[in-house]
Amino acid sequence: MGSSGELLFDGADWDFQTLQRIHDACEEVARKELGLDVYPNQIEVITAEQMLDAYSSVGMPLFYKHWSFGKQFAFQEASYRKGLMGLAYEIVINSSPCISYLMEENTATMQTLVIAHAAFGHNHFFKNNYLFKQWTDAEGILDYLEFAKGYIAVCEDRHGRETVERTLDAAHALMSHGVDRYPGKKTLDLRAEEKRAGERRQHEEAVFNDLWRTVPNTKAKSKATLTAERRRALLGLPQENILYFLEKTAPRLQGWQRELIRIVRHIAQYFYPQGQTKVMNEGTATYVHYRIMSRLHQQGRITDGNFLEFLQSHTNVVFQPEFDDRRYSGFNPYALGFAMMQDIERIVKTPEDEDRAWFPDIAGKGDVEGVLREIWSNYRDESFINQFLSPALIRRFRMFHLHDDPAESQGIKVDAIHDERGYRRVRRELARQYDVGFVDANIEVVDVDLDGDRRLMLRHTTVKGAQLNETDTRRVLQHLADLWSYDVALTELDGTDKVLKEYVVSPRAAAVAA
Amino acid sequence: MVMHIVDRRLNPGSKSLENRQRFLRRAKALVQGAVKKSSQDRDIKDVLEGGEVTIPLDGMDEPRFRREGGTRDMVLPGNKKFVEGDWLQRPNQSGAKGSGAGEGDSEDAFRFVLSREEFVDLFLDDLELPDLAKRKLAETESEGIRRAGYATSGSPANISISRTVSRALARRVALRRPRKDEVEALEAELAECDDETRRRELLAQLEALKAKVKRIPFIDPIDIRYRRFETVPKPVAQAVMFCLMDVSGSMSEHMKDLAKRFYMLLYVFLKRRYKHVEIVFIRHTDRAEEVDEDTFFHGPASGGTLVSSALVAMHDIVRTRFRPADWNIYAAQASDGDNMTSDSGVTGHLLTDKILPVCQFFAYLEVGEAANYTFDMPDSSLWTLYERLRNEGQPLSMRKVSERGEIFPVFQDLFKRRTSQERV
Repeated sequence: MGSSGELLFDGADWDFQTLQRIHDACEEVARKELGLDVYPNQIEVITAEQMLDAYSSVGMPLFYKHWSFGKQFAFQEASYRKGLMGLAYEIVINSSPCISYLMEENTATMQTLVIAHAAFGHNHFFKNNYLFKQWTDAEGILDYLEFAKGYIAVCEDRHGRETVERTLDAAHALMSHGVDRYPGKKTLDLRAEEKRAGERRQHEEAVFNDLWRTVPNTKAKSKATLTAERRRALLGLPQENILYFLEKTAPRLQGWQRELIRIVRHIAQYFYPQGQTKVMNEGTATYVHYRIMSRLHQQGRITDGNFLEFLQSHTNVVFQPEFDDRRYSGFNPYALGFAMMQDIERIVKTPEDEDRAWFPDIAGKGDVEGVLREIWSNYRDESFINQFLSPALIRRFRMFHLHDDPAESQGIKVDAIHDERGYRRVRRELARQYDVGFVDANIEVVDVDLDGDRRLMLRHTTVKGAQLNETDTRRVLQHLADLWSYDVALTELDGTDKVLKEYVVSPRAAAVAA
Repeated sequence: MVMHIVDRRLNPGSKSLENRQRFLRRAKALVQGAVKKSSQDRDIKDVLEGGEVTIPLDGMDEPRFRREGGTRDMVLPGNKKFVEGDWLQRPNQSGAKGSGAGEGDSEDAFRFVLSREEFVDLFLDDLELPDLAKRKLAETESEGIRRAGYATSGSPANISISRTVSRALARRVALRRPRKDEVEALEAELAECDDETRRRELLAQLEALKAKVKRIPFIDPIDIRYRRFETVPKPVAQAVMFCLMDVSGSMSEHMKDLAKRFYMLLYVFLKRRYKHVEIVFIRHTDRAEEVDEDTFFHGPASGGTLVSSALVAMHDIVRTRFRPADWNIYAAQASDGDNMTSDSGVTGHLLTDKILPVCQFFAYLEVGEAANYTFDMPDSSLWTLYERLRNEGQPLSMRKVSERGEIFPVFQDLFKRRTSQERV
């Protein structure tokens, strides 16, 4: 490599030329050695204050205004000032060009680490992982957010801030149940989406004729012919995307309110893959930065001192406290992801007999980068762990599985440990912890009583006896009822369809939909 | 591949400001409560410093469907001694909760930092000060001068040289006054020229130019401009606040506390209106003295009660240190209402003749014990006196207070009443 041996920087200082050199050096390793395929990079240098700002708008460079972000900002600012919380070194946005925010306080070494991590690791993952390809539109997201911000501002002017805020509050409460979990026929195109919204509005304005209001309504068709089955089919029920259902069928929502719900829904969908790929995404990025930094050091482009500085922060990032440690708060996705990537590298390069038995497809295959790229493209956390967590790694982390049944008086049972009998069970349970099917409550809209009081009926199918928190559920249902404008009923059922609990909530007097 | 670096550091900061304001507006009632609570423990001047407040999260929550209970399975790292089939003791309830459901619970109370402005705004918001503030501003005007463009006449001292010269230049250009170098060029050519006809031509040209130079002056009287000034009403930017308090034995700690709260509010209000606010503390028994804040509220004192002594002291201080022309003078007097009967006449005269004419505002606050309801309090000697003065048309504001909670309403009421009185 042409420029090898030449130091990229010396000491901690950097300027924009340094950043450019660092980027180019990283790119060389990323492309030639790791074979990464990335969106064009855009690196933005920001201050700590701007980093805090970015935190409170879910990391996006622009976002609509809402009090909840202000609350988050006040909270984060307070803990930051008290020193309870450090700031991230970077934020990276799944967009094309891929935007990475770098803090100005970072040393040159840290900038190198961050560029390798975000601008190449995360970037490659965003561009190639199937979930992101399926659910997000990196080209269109920033334009769509711009549109959303503008649209919501216009709505506030037209309909009053309070009304808009109430609708958004309600939509936010249902955000976790506003995503499609299974791909439908259409691919997402946010630009077209934005255009359509504009056209819808223009059409409404163009064809508006006050006369229609005075025309007497035609008599409704007899509803008796509509069987329950057919009604559900027409409404597209059961439907687990509650926001989608509201947007399409809530009887008394205004057009702009449907658009707001749509915006919240699209944004929830945009972030949906990120929640399912934390371990893989961070694992990929960490593995990539480790490879790039090591190569740069080997080429003599980073001094030993700077490399030590890198190793220190790298070690902090991939630190996994044990379960009885005070610092323990679940698996560290960086630690688990990085360990798994390295473990796969080991299996591909120098497998043992055990690995050959467990991973016949990849053991000893030799092409580390090819195997990893293939994995990065085609898995999410749950399937990744289920497929690639090796016995060696289970032993290294000394993982064990606890089964806590409240009905069991003896206590918590150790169900499996890192031994021959336990590997598969530990692996299955860990994978399940990352399965969105288990992480989010399974709540569906099942029916609407169109003949009666238009009550909206929902069903929560409980898993392993975990029921909804009552206070929160009542509040969320209140929001839902306000949007629906009629009563909303939620039934909690166990696996055998036995009713555990029922909620009925009526809309508030000053409901969202007027 | 092309990579772009964008320096965002100079972008306008506080992108979250609007979201923050929305949050504060939404949490207004809660934050206001917290602000009042936190201001109770503070010294008068510290009230303005802003600071951290804690609010409960009622109504600020963002509910989600979340689950709890049921059978839980978890995979943990760091097994040291367990083998399959072991039974572990359940940790006590609190511990178990932390690892599982947690999230919503940890946010029950919410601490954050308010800036100085936010703090004062919230503190005074429900006092409806804006009306009052305008009124005060109108009252506290004095004359000032400010620049107001240019004039064609004025005193020579006010000539605006730059404006005059630039106008002269414009005129010279417009009238094509020959420049010096044009004349010099002709003269040089003339000096070197041998051809007679050409010489004559040049001479004629030169004559014409010189005549033109004479006709068009370098600076003409019409070029001259003077800086213009106009007088404007200008608010007096400083105020002094007199705190008068009876500290005789009959004043309890509770009464002093009530007085302190009132002074605090008045101070905060004045501080918002005026750049510079001085406070003078005068305490009195049967004699009056000027003291510092700490002594004022906490220093021991005993003796009889002679209100006029405090008024004399205040009058002296006003005369020596605070010229009414330069200072807005506010006074608030707190007392339990006792006064020597013989003192009434002197007090009345002092107030009517000396104190009230120089004051923007004089408030009398009669403080009582907590148990007493204000309407039960018999009218004290001081109250009777002041009431008589007020009925005679003196601009006096007076209220009775016996509970902490009454301070805010009374403060608000005092200022409101005053404006409505003046409108009549």
